[in-house]
Amino acid sequence: MTETLLRTPFHAWHADHGGRLVDFAGWEMPVQYTSIIEEHTAVRCSAGLFDIAHMGRLMFSGPDACRLLDRLVTNDVAALEVGQVRYALVCRDDGGILDDVLVYRFADDYLLVVNASNRVKIVEWIEDHCQGFDVEVVDRTHDWAMLAVQGPGSVELVAGVTDHDVAAMPYYRCAIGPVLGNPARISRTGYTGEDGFELIVPAEVAVSVWERLMEAEDAMACGLGCRDTLRLEAAMPLYGHELDEHTDPYTAGLGFAVKMEADEFIGREAVLAARDRDGRRRRVGLRLEGRRIAREGASVFSDASAVGEVTSGTFSPTLEMAIAMAYVEPAVAELGTAVEVDIRGKRVPAEVVKLPFYRRDA
Amino acid sequence: MDPATLKFSKSHEWLHLDGEIATVGITDFAVEALTDLVFVDLPEVGRTLDAGEIFGEVESVKAVSDLYAPVAGEVTEVNTGLPDDLDALGEDPFGRGWMIRVAVTDASAADALLDETAYREHCQSAGH
Repeated sequence: MTETLLRTPFHAWHADHGGRLVDFAGWEMPVQYTSIIEEHTAVRCSAGLFDIAHMGRLMFSGPDACRLLDRLVTNDVAALEVGQVRYALVCRDDGGILDDVLVYRFADDYLLVVNASNRVKIVEWIEDHCQGFDVEVVDRTHDWAMLAVQGPGSVELVAGVTDHDVAAMPYYRCAIGPVLGNPARISRTGYTGEDGFELIVPAEVAVSVWERLMEAEDAMACGLGCRDTLRLEAAMPLYGHELDEHTDPYTAGLGFAVKMEADEFIGREAVLAARDRDGRRRRVGLRLEGRRIAREGASVFSDASAVGEVTSGTFSPTLEMAIAMAYVEPAVAELGTAVEVDIRGKRVPAEVVKLPFYRRDA
Repeated sequence: MDPATLKFSKSHEWLHLDGEIATVGITDFAVEALTDLVFVDLPEVGRTLDAGEIFGEVESVKAVSDLYAPVAGEVTEVNTGLPDDLDALGEDPFGRGWMIRVAVTDASAADALLDETAYREHCQSAGH
């Protein structure tokens, strides 16, 4: 049985330009146009464009918008100034992570960007938890498109489609500004470990914005394949891999996104208990010998004992080595610890290394 | 090697038969579908293979794929330079990209494989 896949406004463009389309979280999305490594390198060295319109865009407005968001997410929404963006988690009562999200504060409303795979779940979660709040939540995923421009050349590219002074925007800031004369929301954010922007524009003008950006000589259309290798080098977690409903924020190494002093958020007590619990597993980076890739689910061993599991792995195009993220027992979480990873029945030596694997020059 | 002289499996291996010796590799279609190859694992000389048996694997950034012996036989030679020259698979899959040579048990078994025209048709239908 084939279910009908959702399509972003860029779908026809992808199909016309050699995009290899695959099912990603119920959306038909390009995994690559040419080569994952080429597209990856374009983002590290010049600029890449990504269709990220599959991500969920939920607008919160009304007098209690901030209070509801503070109830839903682990970070301190009330502390956000207009124009600030913050990473946060949505947790269950037991502290398990429902999603990792970005919260944007604009002058009149808030935006919550959620993972495509979790959008329906989070919309329902909000419906179940908004009683008593004077707030309007609107899912704009289909009428607004979203694209990312990532890489050292992104300032110049984005400056070509907006009058807003994007060069002056600090990282994790957002603004409302026209893009090719259309109402748009611009943020200096991304999921690649590189400088860059994410643009939200009306769906009907999405392709014209994309095509204008693609006119630049060093702009390359990039698929989800390199989005994954880029975020992995930058050690950014991916929901469904590093994060799920059975993982708490502290085990995931995301304590920075939890503000205990903030308003009471759902799951606060459980998250607090997780923080103080001894012996929880740690998210670590692994550098493997050889070129074979340790993929999700591969077991990590210390001598004969299983001490953890790989959540994501790839061959790093930037570092030209096999890397992985894994959850391991605290006894083997120290940097420099030698372990082995079982790759389809063969033990491959690996070392616990510092995260992120790649950090751009400041 | 001219693809018109080769035999093909549906799992995208090619085979060139010279007497009792078969040279085996993977096709341009397979390499193009995989892209971004990072690793190839080939067997030892002397290993005996059944037809359809996994003789190695090729890994790309996206996924790992098994390699299947198109015919039965004993491995007599391995392209040991290939793991360090993966570009050969993209640039010359039917030549420099060869993987193993096999002393075949029954040379007539190759008759059951696809010729180039039938193989290209198979790729067309598999691609949609």
